Amino acid sequence: MIKTFKEIALSLESAPPWQQKYREIMLLGKQLPPMSEILKTDDALVPGCESKVWMYLDFDLEENTLVIVGDSDTRIVKGLLAIVLALYNGLTPEQVMHTNAFAEFERLGLIQHLSPSRGNGIKAMVERIQTMAQQKS
Amino acid sequence: MLDVEKIRAEFPALSQLINEQPLVYLDSAATTQKPLAVITATEQFYARNNANVHRGRHTLSEQATLAYEQARAIVAGFFNIAVSELVWTKGATEAINLVANGLTEQLNIHSTIVISALEHHANIVPWQQLARRTGATLLALPLQPNGRFNTGQCVEFIEQHKPTVLAITHASNALGNITPLEAILHAAKQQNTITLVDGAQAALHLQPDLQQLDCDFYVFSAHKMLGPTGLGGLYGRYDRLNSLSVYQTGGEMIESVTLAKTVFRQAPAKFESGTPNIAAVIAFAHAIKYLKALDTANVYVHEQAIFNYAAKKLQAIDGITIYSDLKSNIGTLSFNYKDEHPYDIATLLDGYGVAVRSGHHCAQPLMQHLGIKGSVRASFAFYNNRQDIDLFIAALQECIALLD
Repeated sequence: MIKTFKEIALSLESAPPWQQKYREIMLLGKQLPPMSEILKTDDALVPGCESKVWMYLDFDLEENTLVIVGDSDTRIVKGLLAIVLALYNGLTPEQVMHTNAFAEFERLGLIQHLSPSRGNGIKAMVERIQTMAQQKS
Repeated sequence: MLDVEKIRAEFPALSQLINEQPLVYLDSAATTQKPLAVITATEQFYARNNANVHRGRHTLSEQATLAYEQARAIVAGFFNIAVSELVWTKGATEAINLVANGLTEQLNIHSTIVISALEHHANIVPWQQLARRTGATLLALPLQPNGRFNTGQCVEFIEQHKPTVLAITHASNALGNITPLEAILHAAKQQNTITLVDGAQAALHLQPDLQQLDCDFYVFSAHKMLGPTGLGGLYGRYDRLNSLSVYQTGGEMIESVTLAKTVFRQAPAKFESGTPNIAAVIAFAHAIKYLKALDTANVYVHEQAIFNYAAKKLQAIDGITIYSDLKSNIGTLSFNYKDEHPYDIATLLDGYGVAVRSGHHCAQPLMQHLGIKGSVRASFAFYNNRQDIDLFIAALQECIALLD
């Protein structure tokens, strides 16, 4: 069962010791539906990361929503990826443009993971999603 | 015995809390922390003594020039070389680039450049580029599957290929392994090979006498030796150094300029164009003075004791694989836990205030050689104590519990 962003936010907010927060994040990564190996192309690989991060972006014309699939070879980044996906997957371009991942990560006490020095690709991923939303709107 | 507590008190950065826990700084291979002497010298220079060097007849400029050239003498003395053989650069990377570029006219399609798979990218890429420019052949010394050199194999390789240039690290940045330089440099000398040793990692820990080491070039990085960032140095045996063609051109490095022709100065000046990093040079001399005031033998004994203590504790943890050579090492432990990603371990360790490095450590060919994506690297310096190791091991065990 994939958690909604609201459920994720609730569980992270009620996980005060940082260890518990990371446990929760890694669990979210584990629950992420597997990404087909066919989709893990060079184009899907987010460049310049210490960890391997793939993101496949598509657009459902009928529903007018973004379809996002992703994976990572590290547990923490995969968990953070799951949060980004919960935030944006299935939203219309307009909804995506009104959803600020930075503000949400700030609220959840995870903003340091979006810093450029972490080099984990999450920031680049959010930017890719926003770019696609702008193109489709 | 080294008074480590007294030493730690002189490194203000070490006494802070990170993520509400005492900082355990195990990333000295990336950059060392700075003693008060260096911090104060930097501040003093900008607050009181700031002036440009080698020009201007006013008092401040004279004083800055004097301090700047005294600093060169102090650092040259530390390495037991002549002041004319020390070139300031912006880092070890630039020092290697300076040599690799300066050798362009001396190499051709018959030349051979030998490096190793153990090198930092900074001691690989400039040589690849040199090979591309000149048509020279680039080869790598044989490295055993465990990432260590077999001295006999290396000597044989050098005798067989008779390299024009040999560039090799003094100690691996990723593993800490010390290169058996003596035999390798001796073999290279027999072939009249131009030798460059990358001392970025080793210089602080091994404090080499460069006359004794007998290489043609040696590069180091100030910030990995308690000094400021943005400064490095190149030692060059004078005739070899002076025979390099100029790297960057501009002011300071010229004898005379007409619109038609420029006459360059002799080394080291001809490689130091533009205004140098004066404050860093002066502060670095304070780092070297600080280091020299410590008892070198005791520093080494303490570093080795900390390293061995950490290695023993780390080995005792089930599922840990250590890649570093534990017998001949400057104090770096490179490891993985089962098939966990180093990124996860380093991120979780940070939660406990433990600073380590994770990833390929700018040594991708070595990682490929070892068949791993990367590793966690804990690197020590003389200001680390046993408590650092105990906190690190305890934190690592907690991280493992979180991951398992």
